[in-house]
Amino acid sequence: MEEELRAMAEDLEEFKRISRESVHADLFAQLQRRVEKITSLAKSGPIRRSKVKDMSAEVVDSNPYSRLMALQRMGIVKDYERIRNFSIAIVGIGGVGSVAAEMLTRCGIGRLLLYDYDTVELANMNRLFFRPDQVGMTKTDAAVQTLSDINPDVVLESYSMNITTVKGFETFTKSLTCQNTHSSKHFIGVDLVLSCVDNYEARMVVNQACNEINLTWIESGVSEDAVSGHIQLLIPGETACFACVPPLVVASGVDEKTLKRDGVCAASLPTTMGVIAGLLVQNALKFLLKFGHVSPYLGYNALKDFFPTMSMKPNLQCSNNSCLDRQREYVSRKPERDAAAKAKEAEMLSEAVETALHLDNEWNISIVGDDDVESSNASSSTSGMLPDGLIHELPTADFHQKAPIAQDSGAFPDDLDELRKHLDALNAA
Amino acid sequence: MEGWDPNTKSTLTQIPLLSTRAGPRDGAAWTQRLKEEYRALIAYTGMNKSNDNDWFRISATNPEGTHWSGKCWYVHNLRKYEFDLQFDIPVTYPATSPEIELPQLDGKTHKMYRGGKICLTVHFKPLWAKNWFGIAHGLCLGLAPWLAAEIPILVDSGAVKHKDDEVIASTTTTE
Repeated sequence: MEEELRAMAEDLEEFKRISRESVHADLFAQLQRRVEKITSLAKSGPIRRSKVKDMSAEVVDSNPYSRLMALQRMGIVKDYERIRNFSIAIVGIGGVGSVAAEMLTRCGIGRLLLYDYDTVELANMNRLFFRPDQVGMTKTDAAVQTLSDINPDVVLESYSMNITTVKGFETFTKSLTCQNTHSSKHFIGVDLVLSCVDNYEARMVVNQACNEINLTWIESGVSEDAVSGHIQLLIPGETACFACVPPLVVASGVDEKTLKRDGVCAASLPTTMGVIAGLLVQNALKFLLKFGHVSPYLGYNALKDFFPTMSMKPNLQCSNNSCLDRQREYVSRKPERDAAAKAKEAEMLSEAVETALHLDNEWNISIVGDDDVESSNASSSTSGMLPDGLIHELPTADFHQKAPIAQDSGAFPDDLDELRKHLDALNAA
Repeated sequence: MEGWDPNTKSTLTQIPLLSTRAGPRDGAAWTQRLKEEYRALIAYTGMNKSNDNDWFRISATNPEGTHWSGKCWYVHNLRKYEFDLQFDIPVTYPATSPEIELPQLDGKTHKMYRGGKICLTVHFKPLWAKNWFGIAHGLCLGLAPWLAAEIPILVDSGAVKHKDDEVIASTTTTE
C-alpha cells in the first residue's frame, strides 16, 4: 500500500508539471496534502514483526524470546531453543485447541499442524482466541491468520477436514509422518499430537493413528457441563491406549441430576477451557523440553478445585491390534531400559558417596523397583480401583443378547452383489 | 438395559449379530463384514415390513460400502414426516459406531451436533462397544428412539413442518 501511495504522489507531481495550468494549483496542493495524510495513516497501521533467525537471550524490549530464554538462566530448561525443532499436531481447533495453539505459537514452537472440519461461528465467542470478524472462515484458516501475525517464525499447516472418514484418516496419518518441504528447516513427521476434540469417535481415530505410527499423544477434554476436565498422556505400548480402558472423567462432585439438563447438548466456559489448555501445553512443554514431571493423568474439578491424578497400564486384552503390537515392542525393550536405568544409577552413585542411612534393618524393609511388579500386574487396568474424584465416562454394558449371528446361514446368498440387490429389492417393495 | 422401551429391546434381540470384527481398511475381512451388515439389514427391514413398522430405507452409495444414504420417516398425529438420512462408516468402525446424520434437521434442535449428527443416549456407546452390533442395530437403537423422542417436539413447536404445509413455510422462512 505504501508503494501505491508513493506512486500516486509521483503521478500527481507529474500531472501538475505537464498541465501547467496555474488555475488548478490549489486543487493540486490539496490533493497532495490528502495523499500525504493517507501515507502517514498507512504507516501507523499494524506492523508485522519480521522473522528471527536465532533465539536470543538478550534482555531488550524488542526481543520476543527474552523471557522464554530466561528459563535457561533460571535452571528450568537446559536448551530452550530446541523448541524450534519440534512439530506438534493439534487435532480440534475449538475452545481448548485454539488456545493451546496460541500458547505454543507464543512459545516459539517450530511447526504446528492444525486439524478441524468446522467453521467459526458467533456461538464460539464465549471462548478465547477467535474474533467475531472471523465468523464463516474455517477454524484452521482463521487460526493460521491470527497465529502467523503473533509469531511469523512458526511454520503453520492448516488441514480443514474430517479425520474420521477413511479418506480423511489417510491424509491425517500421511501428514503426521511426511516431510514439510516448504520451510527451510525440513521438518519430518511430528513429535507430539495434542487431541482437543469434543467426541469419543474422533479420540478413537487419534488413538488409532498414534498406535499405528507409534506417536505419543496427550488427550484433553472438558465435560459437557463445563465444570470439569482432564488431560491424559498416551505413550503407545507403555501406558493404556484410549481403547484399553473405558474413558475416565472427573466426577462433578455434586448430584448429577442437578446438572443434567434435557435439551442442551453442551455448555462451555472460557475459564475451564483455558485451564485445560494451560495444563495440556504445560505438559507438552515438559515432555518435549524434558523438565519436571509429565502427568500421566490429571483431572480438574472446577466446583471443588480438586485435581485428581493417576496412571494406567495398557490392557493385555486391548481390542486395538496396533496397541498390542506396541505393547509387545515395549516389553521386548525391557533389557535396554534396565541397562539405561542401571547406568543412570551408577552415575548418581559416583557423584555422591553413599552412606547407609540405617545400619540395622529390624523390619527387613527393602526397596522394590517399579519394573519388578510391572510384569505381574501389567494387565491390571483400572478396574474398581479408581482414585477419589474419577469415574468412568460410560456406564458398563449390561446387555448381552443371544441373537442369531449374521453369518452365512444358507437363507441368504453369500455374494455381496446379490445381497445388495436383495436389500434394494426390499427397499423398492 | 435401561433407557429403552420393551419394544425396542425385543426388536433388537431379533436382529442378527455380526461376527466379523473388521473396518473399512481391513480388505477381505471388510467384504465379509459388509455381507453380514447386508444380512442384518435385510432381516431387520423384512421384520419391520411384516410388523407393519417399516420406517427407513438405506443403501451404500459407493462400492466400498463406506458411505450410506437413504430416508427415514416417523408418523405423528397420523401424518408422515420424512427425512434424508446419511452416515459414513468411520475408519475406527466397528470400535466406534457410525454417526447418523439427518442434514435437513441441522440447526433445528439442540439434540444434534454440527452437520446434523444426532445426539445418542449415554447408554448407546457401551452397548455398541460390547455386543457385536452393526448398521441395523445402530438404526434400531440409535435413530428410532431419537425420532420417537424428538419429532413430536419438533412438529409441535413448529420447527418441522409437514411437506404439505411446506409451500407456506418456504415463503416465510429463510432456512
